[in-house]
Amino acid sequence: MKKRRVVCAAMAAVMAMSLAACGGSDTASATTAAGEASESEETAAEGSSEGVFVIGGSGPLTGGSALYGTAVKNGAQVAVDEINANGGINGYQVKWIFEDDEADGEKAVNAYNTLKDEGMQMFVGTTTSGACMSVIAETENDNMFQITPSGTTADITKPANVYRMCFSDPAQGTKSAQYIAEHGVAQKVGVIYDNSDTYSSGIYENFAKEAQAQGLEIVGAESFNSESKTDFKTQLQKLKDAGAELVFLPFYYTEASLVLKQADEMGWAPKFFGCDGMDGILDLPEFDTSLAEGLMLLTPFAADAQDELTQNFVAAYEEAYGETPIQFAADAYDCLYVIKQAVEKANITPDMDMSEICDAMKTVMPEVTLDGLTGAGISFDENGEPNKAPKAVVIENGAYKSLE
Amino acid sequence: MKTKTFRQNAVTYGIVILFYLICQGLILSGNMSSLMKGLMVPICYYVILAVSLNLVVGISGELSLGHAGFMCIGAYASAIFAVCVDGKMPEGLELFLALIIGAAITAVFGFLIGIPVLRLRGDYLAIVTLAFGEIIKNVVNAVYLGVDENGLHFSMKDSLSLGLSEEGLTIMNGAQGISGLPRTANLTIGIVLVLITLFIVLNLMNSRQGRAIMAIRDNRIAAESIGLSVSKYKMMAFVISAALAGVAGVLYSHNLSALQATSKNFGYNQSIMILVFVVLGGIGNIRGSMIAAVILTILPEKLRFLSDYRMLIYAIVLISMMLFNSAPKAIEWRKSLAERFARKKDIPAETAGKEAR
Repeated sequence: MKKRRVVCAAMAAVMAMSLAACGGSDTASATTAAGEASESEETAAEGSSEGVFVIGGSGPLTGGSALYGTAVKNGAQVAVDEINANGGINGYQVKWIFEDDEADGEKAVNAYNTLKDEGMQMFVGTTTSGACMSVIAETENDNMFQITPSGTTADITKPANVYRMCFSDPAQGTKSAQYIAEHGVAQKVGVIYDNSDTYSSGIYENFAKEAQAQGLEIVGAESFNSESKTDFKTQLQKLKDAGAELVFLPFYYTEASLVLKQADEMGWAPKFFGCDGMDGILDLPEFDTSLAEGLMLLTPFAADAQDELTQNFVAAYEEAYGETPIQFAADAYDCLYVIKQAVEKANITPDMDMSEICDAMKTVMPEVTLDGLTGAGISFDENGEPNKAPKAVVIENGAYKSLE
Repeated sequence: MKTKTFRQNAVTYGIVILFYLICQGLILSGNMSSLMKGLMVPICYYVILAVSLNLVVGISGELSLGHAGFMCIGAYASAIFAVCVDGKMPEGLELFLALIIGAAITAVFGFLIGIPVLRLRGDYLAIVTLAFGEIIKNVVNAVYLGVDENGLHFSMKDSLSLGLSEEGLTIMNGAQGISGLPRTANLTIGIVLVLITLFIVLNLMNSRQGRAIMAIRDNRIAAESIGLSVSKYKMMAFVISAALAGVAGVLYSHNLSALQATSKNFGYNQSIMILVFVVLGGIGNIRGSMIAAVILTILPEKLRFLSDYRMLIYAIVLISMMLFNSAPKAIEWRKSLAERFARKKDIPAETAGKEAR
């Protein structure tokens, strides 16, 4: 009996200890967090006395869409290195920090908060649309200047502090439908889209709306989702039976390459049309580029463009990261240069706090015009949307060729 | 006996209140980082999820892998309500009603799903609940819902086929989810909900019904032979657990301004994550699962400085914590350590006694 009580007491002691330890770790982590915060404030303060702009970004570095987050991270890093080598912004150096948000709303808010703790003054993010929708409420609340390189959902630019570098879903869907109708590319259109992805379903919806207005006939709209994105034979067969002359593919190139391959295996060769997510298909390893012959896409960026700016960027990127940059990297690169121009116009200095910076940025953003990688003469309207012309290209002999 | 459980429960409540006071103190004195401030509400809903799943896994002894599905139902039900009444009622009232609606609708779904599911046992139950969670997520992603002056419009195809008028408002937009949600959840509300959850679960455990549930878990045939209705008590645990998960979902949807059902937040990954909280904290141990939920929510954020190795290290830490908690050798080692501690304390006491003699 006594022994038992001793054991009980020992257990209780162990429990209490583990609890205390846990409680301790809680408070400890809280205090270390506080410590870190004050530290980062210090570093930020130090930074500003030395004059460093801290620009943060977030995107998925892990998980299924890690490719895009990594591209944004690296593309912006190339721009930052260039800016710093050329004397910085207004004579101040730039520090680029990036956090993983796993393309999830909740994690994106955590990533944003972490960046804030690290002293971020301007935010380039997030990479993915869904996560961006959660973060805009936070940045609006904090009045933090935000420009998303690649968040396409229409509502993202609703808050006054949020700008966008890529085309929005409505812009891409509508422009694709207009292009197809005006150039008489096809009359009967079939669509395959990813209904679990905001980017893809957003473009599809706007495409369908405009196609109706333009008098195109949508003979079939087939969907897939993120868990079944390897076999498209059913969707292709249905569209083939419906007599589609053109298949619109508003999603990313990895899946699109499979669609092209499987259509070829079926012996069906309709015209294919893609959006900016299609850029990169020619560089996909183990993809037979002859399958992509005749593929049309609207894209703001082509890695093999011959202008000096693109070639320098591609060379710097390839040297640093050993791969050809995709459009996400180009968008992020342009974001940094937009920030540079706006900061110079507004005479912003690093010692201003984020809300002051944001207010100053908002006043000068309508005056910004940038000749960037993703378009010449990029400017921003009052909603924060970019004005730039999409380039329609067709793939011929394994390379992009501009279309009218 | 009664006083012992009472004391144990009081300690559990005490921990929660102490946690609240410390955090609130840090927030008010401005000593908390933005990251930790942002994590406060998530911690609350993960604790609620862990405690409620422990009711099914620990108390009722059934392995359920669809908990995130219930969270999803609660989140969407309350989000639809929030968008519909946006600006028409005070925030506090809206959140209160959203909580009730979320819990009630999730309870109904829990009941409906419980009817077929609870006829299964063991692995089969796990498989069916796993499938259920995935179905919920995919259905939610395919639903389009809009409202205009003619009433509600519903479609499974796309938002165009809703046929909304000009002033119409799309509430649920398929995979694009629901946006423009009120962000009214805060630490205080979260902690109150955690306390209510604990109150419900702990009282249930120590009640006649709770003992019946545990009796069925321990020996189904013996419990049946003395006249306990197996399906009734199992259903009770399942529905209460579902309703509490729904409450966590409401808190989730009122913490973010946009709601989307992805495999990250409402898929099986999340269900497994909640199960990890329960297993790590100890199956049937409410306090343990609470603490595990807090630690495992903070840990991946605190490991951010490791950048690329973050998830790797997180997994290693998780495995070592599991081993430390439940491997027989680790338990032995902990015991011997505790005994050595006890002996060291005893020796000076004895010598002191001798001297006095």
